[in-house]
Amino acid sequence: MIEMILHAFILIGMIVAAILVFSFKDLVSAVVAFGLFSFLLAIEFYLLQAPDVAIAEAAIGAGLTTAAFMIAIRGTTKKEGDEA
Amino acid sequence: MQMSSIVKTTADVLFPFILIYGLYIILHGHLTPGGGFQGGAILASGVLLLLLAYRYSESTNIVRQVMMKTLESTGLLLFIIAALSAMVLGAGFFFNWLSPLGSIFGDSVAYGSTVANLNTGGLIPIMNIAVGIEVVGAISVILLALLSGIQEKI
Repeated sequence: MIEMILHAFILIGMIVAAILVFSFKDLVSAVVAFGLFSFLLAIEFYLLQAPDVAIAEAAIGAGLTTAAFMIAIRGTTKKEGDEA
Repeated sequence: MQMSSIVKTTADVLFPFILIYGLYIILHGHLTPGGGFQGGAILASGVLLLLLAYRYSESTNIVRQVMMKTLESTGLLLFIIAALSAMVLGAGFFFNWLSPLGSIFGDSVAYGSTVANLNTGGLIPIMNIAVGIEVVGAISVILLALLSGIQEKI
């Protein structure tokens, strides 16, 4: 029962984070929301007893792609729709 | 832009621990969750911490692109050599000839649920190490190439 509640919390949080990624106009906020999405996805993988995938998701999704997006934003514009 | 000394000190303190954790994930790849790719990604995130904490000109004194390219090629070469070494001995490609030999990574696995033995697995830990070296080199090259495009801003 408590596991079902945990699953429900994490899945609802993932949906909220995905909607936030879509709706933020500030790209840095969108990247942070995407990092939150990846982190929740890693926890969900762990709860589904796939710790191997969870480690890969936490290292690649929450760590490296967030930093790569941040570097790309530093190189371009900070808001969606801005001219460079 | 110069990062504050808090960020630099935190990166310096955390970097060895991230390094040890990544090496642990790689070396225990045949016993616990994880393996070459996951451990290599963790090592690369440690390198990323150094790259972001220091300026581009400072950090490229420590993390050189030539060194990372060499690591990537070394990992691939080690993997291919490990795979081909069985064919030299007359067995098939990728045959695990090291496993029951009793030498390095050569203990036979005890039957039943016992304490895990690190010295097992034969060629599999060696291939995990090769993949780990390859992944940390490749991801560091990607990050260095990304950072070199904005080096006048950081």
